[in-house]
Amino acid sequence: MIMTTLILGLVLGGTYALLALGLTLQYGIARIMNLAYGELTLAAAFVLVALFSGLGLSPLAAIVLIAPAGYGVGWLLYTVMMRPLVRRSGASGRLEVDSILATFGLLFVVQGVLLVIFGANLTSISYLDRGVSVLGVSVALNRLIAFGICVVVGGGLALAMTRTRWGLTMRAVALTPGSAPLVGIDVNRVARQGFALGTALAATGGASIAMYQTFSATDGVIFTMKALIIVIMGGVGNVTGALIAGLALGLVETFVATAIDPGLTLAATFAIFLVVLLWRPQGLFGRG
Amino acid sequence: MTLLRVKALAKSFGGLRAVDDVSFTVAEGEIVGLLGPNGSGKTTLINLVSGAFPATAGTVRLGDVTLTGQRADRIARAGVARTFQLVRILPSLTLEENVMIPAVFGARAHWGAAAREVAARALEQVGLAGRAGVTAGELTYIDQKRLELARALAAEPRLLLLDEWLAGLNPTELAEGIALIRALTGSGITIVMVEHIMEAVRALCPRVLVMNSGKLIADGETGTVLADPQVIAAYLGEVSDA
Amino acid sequence: MRFILPLAGLAALAVMPMWLSEYGLGLMIGLVTYVTLASAWALFSGHTRYISLATAAFYGTGAYVVAVLNEVLPYPLVLLSAAGVGLAMALVVGLSTLRLAGIYFVIFTFGLAELVRQLITWYEVNVTGTLGRYIFLDVTARGIYWQMLALGAATIALTAWVHRSRLGLALRVVGDDEVVAAHSGIPLARTKLVAFALSATILTVAGAIASPRYVYVEPAIVFNPTVSFLTVIMALLGGANRLWGPVLGAAPLFLVFEYLSVHFPDTYPIFLGLLFIAVVFLLPDGVLAGIEKLRARRREARS
Repeated sequence: MIMTTLILGLVLGGTYALLALGLTLQYGIARIMNLAYGELTLAAAFVLVALFSGLGLSPLAAIVLIAPAGYGVGWLLYTVMMRPLVRRSGASGRLEVDSILATFGLLFVVQGVLLVIFGANLTSISYLDRGVSVLGVSVALNRLIAFGICVVVGGGLALAMTRTRWGLTMRAVALTPGSAPLVGIDVNRVARQGFALGTALAATGGASIAMYQTFSATDGVIFTMKALIIVIMGGVGNVTGALIAGLALGLVETFVATAIDPGLTLAATFAIFLVVLLWRPQGLFGRG
Repeated sequence: MTLLRVKALAKSFGGLRAVDDVSFTVAEGEIVGLLGPNGSGKTTLINLVSGAFPATAGTVRLGDVTLTGQRADRIARAGVARTFQLVRILPSLTLEENVMIPAVFGARAHWGAAAREVAARALEQVGLAGRAGVTAGELTYIDQKRLELARALAAEPRLLLLDEWLAGLNPTELAEGIALIRALTGSGITIVMVEHIMEAVRALCPRVLVMNSGKLIADGETGTVLADPQVIAAYLGEVSDA
Repeated sequence: MRFILPLAGLAALAVMPMWLSEYGLGLMIGLVTYVTLASAWALFSGHTRYISLATAAFYGTGAYVVAVLNEVLPYPLVLLSAAGVGLAMALVVGLSTLRLAGIYFVIFTFGLAELVRQLITWYEVNVTGTLGRYIFLDVTARGIYWQMLALGAATIALTAWVHRSRLGLALRVVGDDEVVAAHSGIPLARTKLVAFALSATILTVAGAIASPRYVYVEPAIVFNPTVSFLTVIMALLGGANRLWGPVLGAAPLFLVFEYLSVHFPDTYPIFLGLLFIAVVFLLPDGVLAGIEKLRARRREARS
């Protein structure tokens, strides 16, 4: 029982960690608080379902298409929508409020489009839905594959952020956007990259969710909320923190769902959020 | 009579001790310069006294009131007003409203005509009379500085903390600024001013405190302190351990 | 003049049901409801720039309190209970987030409606065993209209009073610069908490007053995120930091919303989302500020 919770929780947490990673890139580096994040995740999930049931494309092949498409969408969104807001706000600190409002509008646009195209029904696919024994616990193969994707993508990104020159540039902008230009960093370019990469992660996360979970077009708020809380727990802009906090939230949620009631998972998320707010608002892994 | 008593005050940011075991007192009506190279902890000290963030150790007392551990707004109501190193005005409010704020929310809690009167007097003191209805965001830099000082004065404070208030002014403006502060000293107000401009320090402060690497390294009569080899060394960057 | 015009308007609105059809009255109830919601929202968010996305959470809670209590308590006590529950919720949200940076408040309010919806659903399914309740109250459509009109008028009067009070001045300072506010003697957390609690209580009572219109209430109906969304866009369009801004934004947008939801039932969220983005881009401070800016530019051009 405990072993089952542990393994299922980690598998779920992997997806959450990946989603939070994307959001922390967007907020930490591009300074955009993206409330439409969950809707972009769902859009990718629906695209995966369409590619799978419409064209018979294997979900793994679909993800290879969806991730770069997500990057493209993010790039476009930043250039068309966010960049003008960034330019307008200058150093006035208006950007936070403006980006919250603009992406709140975007949320309804994307959700509206999803509802029109895919309807309001619960959607799922049946893909590699057979159990595999992991340490004596039977886990669906599709969940394991989704977890594998998260480990590879998330771990790879965490390595790139901490070990490469590109990662150093990203972290420099996250820490002090004001002084990054002094050392020759093009903040606008880095912010656009961060936002686009964040959207690519949202798309990857969404696509892997579609492989094993049932979802509907109105679930976006829940995904955004969970990702936001993980980001706060891990400390804004902290990649490793987001990974650990994501796994932790997956564990807690699976525990609440199995031991208490599946209807209380969002309540559990909020409870964690409250504890973090009252105890360590700078994040569990933040400094200070 | 002693107004401000700072005792063994310390502040750490992670491993960095920005203010390290600093003690001094300031008498009522005194005007004291706070000097030191960049990063020596002057602004942090001002922030600790005004309650911008909590101290790691030590105490600050204003008269009989303990300021340490109190929120910034309570410290303000206890009679401490300040300006900021990077000037902070309220851009969407008018000059009158800007200046009224501490009169309304400070110790005296003026309201209505009384608050407007305090604001008008403070604006006049700094030479902004007649522009009460202008929106603060439209001011030039020097006028923003004046506005910030007027706002601090409208608090009718017992202790005024000036953080490089004279920085960034041209020579004419500087002379005006010095005259402005000198005019205040007669009124019985107590001032601690962080300042890099030696001309102003010599002109205004009979006594100075010097900080280096978070520690208070000198405290005394301005001429004597500025001639002290240790102080000169600190300014030239040749930091000795002594 | 400052009092005569609004009072005359209020009197005209109050006698309007005498001539209105059933449909017209329904439309007016919706319109006045959104004027109330947008004004109450702006009471806190307008000056402080703390964006609350939780209007639906409070509105829905108000409706739900009526659904639960309408057969147990007399109507005035039901409304009072709704106000009490809304106030308590606002204090929980405010006390845990308003001491911190604004972003925590936004995040908390963003998920709040969904959280309350899930909690009530869970409670109804597991404890009471029913999902969905009926409201049988002896309130006519006219009665609802007059109550909502009174609440809306009270909200605007309260806003006018706040604008002239210390609280209003403190809220404006908080919106401009919290550091200056604190160092000028303004107790930040208390100021924000009082304004948020006022605003949230009104939102909750509005939900309670409107609830008999639903007759049948279940969480998915009353915790509708569109309510939060419309409230924000209405207040922004008119100008959230002005007394009449939310009214000015709510009236036309409500009619647009009605038209779109009738004629384009599937696609209207997309239109509204685009409209919202357009407002953020083109009129960030609202129509009233936009007009003033235009006038100032004309004057400059002339001189």
